[in-house]
Amino acid sequence: MSLLEINNLHVRFSAGHGHEVRAVNGVSLAVERGESVGLVGESGCGKSTLGNAILRLVRVQAGAIWFEDKNVLTLTHRDLFHYRRRSQMIFQDPYGSLNPRLSVGAAIEECLAVHRLGDRAERKRRVRDLLQTVGLDPDYAARYPHEFSGGQRQRVGIARALALNPVFVVADEPVSALDVSVQAQILNLMKDLQQARGLAYLFVAHDLAVVRYMCDRILVMYAGAIVEAAEVDALFACPAHPYTQALLSAVPDVEKELRARAAGARREIVEGEVPTVTSAVAGCSFHPRCPYARDLCRTQLPDEREVGPGHTSRCHFRSNHANIEVSHAPEEIINT
Amino acid sequence: MVMENYLLDVDQLSVFFRTRTEPVRAVSGASFSVAPGETVALVGESGCGKSVTALALTRLVAEPGYVAGGSIRFAGRDVLAMNPERLRQMRGAEIAYIFQEPATSLNPVFRVGWQIAEALNLHRAGIAAREEVVSLLNRVGLPDPERRLSAYPHELSGGMQQRVMIAIALACRPRLLVADEPTTALDVTIQAQILDLLVRLQGELGMAMLLITHNLGLVAGVARRVNVMYAGRIVERGAVEKILGQSAHPYTRGLMAAVPRLSGGKTRMVGIPGAVPNPARLPSGCPFHPRCPKAQPLCRQQDPIETIITEDHQVRCHFWK
Repeated sequence: MSLLEINNLHVRFSAGHGHEVRAVNGVSLAVERGESVGLVGESGCGKSTLGNAILRLVRVQAGAIWFEDKNVLTLTHRDLFHYRRRSQMIFQDPYGSLNPRLSVGAAIEECLAVHRLGDRAERKRRVRDLLQTVGLDPDYAARYPHEFSGGQRQRVGIARALALNPVFVVADEPVSALDVSVQAQILNLMKDLQQARGLAYLFVAHDLAVVRYMCDRILVMYAGAIVEAAEVDALFACPAHPYTQALLSAVPDVEKELRARAAGARREIVEGEVPTVTSAVAGCSFHPRCPYARDLCRTQLPDEREVGPGHTSRCHFRSNHANIEVSHAPEEIINT
Repeated sequence: MVMENYLLDVDQLSVFFRTRTEPVRAVSGASFSVAPGETVALVGESGCGKSVTALALTRLVAEPGYVAGGSIRFAGRDVLAMNPERLRQMRGAEIAYIFQEPATSLNPVFRVGWQIAEALNLHRAGIAAREEVVSLLNRVGLPDPERRLSAYPHELSGGMQQRVMIAIALACRPRLLVADEPTTALDVTIQAQILDLLVRLQGELGMAMLLITHNLGLVAGVARRVNVMYAGRIVERGAVEKILGQSAHPYTRGLMAAVPRLSGGKTRMVGIPGAVPNPARLPSGCPFHPRCPKAQPLCRQQDPIETIITEDHQVRCHFWK
């Protein structure tokens, strides 16, 4: 059994006037122990809601979430308390997610105190250890969030998430608020921690290159549903869903752009807007923007199909109808 | 350097901000130029001074900020010596801006049609006709422009709002468009649409563009020349192929190494240690030295001057070789 398993999950919000937003619309997925799964998509696709739903931070309308063989949605108050020790979250905005009136030491210690771990002296020691683990000077425990840079604050956010020794962490856009030169530091830190502690990540992000660097497997989400799932290398080498292809083509990547420039190529662009999921589109939710849409796509929701080993796509007409430029650089085997 | 007839020529520009103690040097001695019809990028991370530089071009830096030195020439005229009326005529009509957050640039209480007409009416005699506004909206690819005229900004998506901003910016056919992170707030697929639109319109109108961004991928896609800013200085500048292909400054190299690539594997990325310095507390000498892998004692003492590597490649580093 996987560490986390989700079956046919639905999260809906009321949008007033009898309308509803189907933020998560029949999502199934699994995360193994120690695995890093990327969840990518554009704003409003439901990726953050899905992450929040897994941690029971929003209400779920239908479906099941299994974590370590327990149904998360029916946990008793006490079991839920325990669940919160096993699964944690790293937030996007380290400015918004830390209490400005608590020293960072107090903020980290709070997690330990809530769960009644150790006595005061022990907790203080643990806070110092945690700060060291995330690459901060333990003496910084007495400082307040405003005294830190963005990167340092995100390190504090990570220390807080790790305080209870979780096995699973939802990281919601953990580096997108950071400067490029600092991003790599945080990504490397998260990788090291994962290896040292055997953590599993659900890495929610819009940046495909970041996800490629961090994750073993990628799920592509569009309008509340997962439209493609694959191992990282397979997804980048042969993206099957037209949306994934469009997304890859749209990313301004330095090497890709320079190559295209030299060759005088133009990028492929999907027309149309990112949908709001208030009104359900008939058929495939991507059909209004899909360059390959046919009649079938307008009427019938495509099933998930296997397009390769461990590679699924929700499209009636699987891949290869595209000559969208995608990078095929050989995977480097060196891994230090 | 070859003498070109530049549309915009900025020389040794410094912009400071008054504080109770010493002034904060947001931009120190920045020199760059834009030729007619050319796309030039200004690249850097938060707080490097790129947006302040952009605002200084039309003297829009607000108190307590002020231009402390240098010169700005636009179409042969000295911008820093212009009288207020001349300046007003230039803003919007000859140099137009679009910013990162279209939602905060548009006025929430006026319909978008009105806001576009306003841009037209401010810069010429007569009242803009409805058809003219519709044709502008058509030009920027806003679907159903007739109906959108009466929409309020909040009724439009981020991508559509940015299209409206572009329509306003282009209303008077400026010769230079300053685009400050024009796609940063938008989704990837919308980003690509807006960028494509900007490049297309630029070609149609023969307009130059100063693209301000932190995204090296964008730069690689559209810019001809690049200026890399760090701590208020332009540390490296030149042709895009040189800057991104054969970067000489350790900061530019560090940035290139720190950007995850679509084609990249799991090989460990090397970030730049430390963080972007606070402009109020800049390190001595070369401001990059505390983070620089090549730093020597000299770097702590002396701020390097610009070295010309080739005609289209300059760098500010003591040890670029």
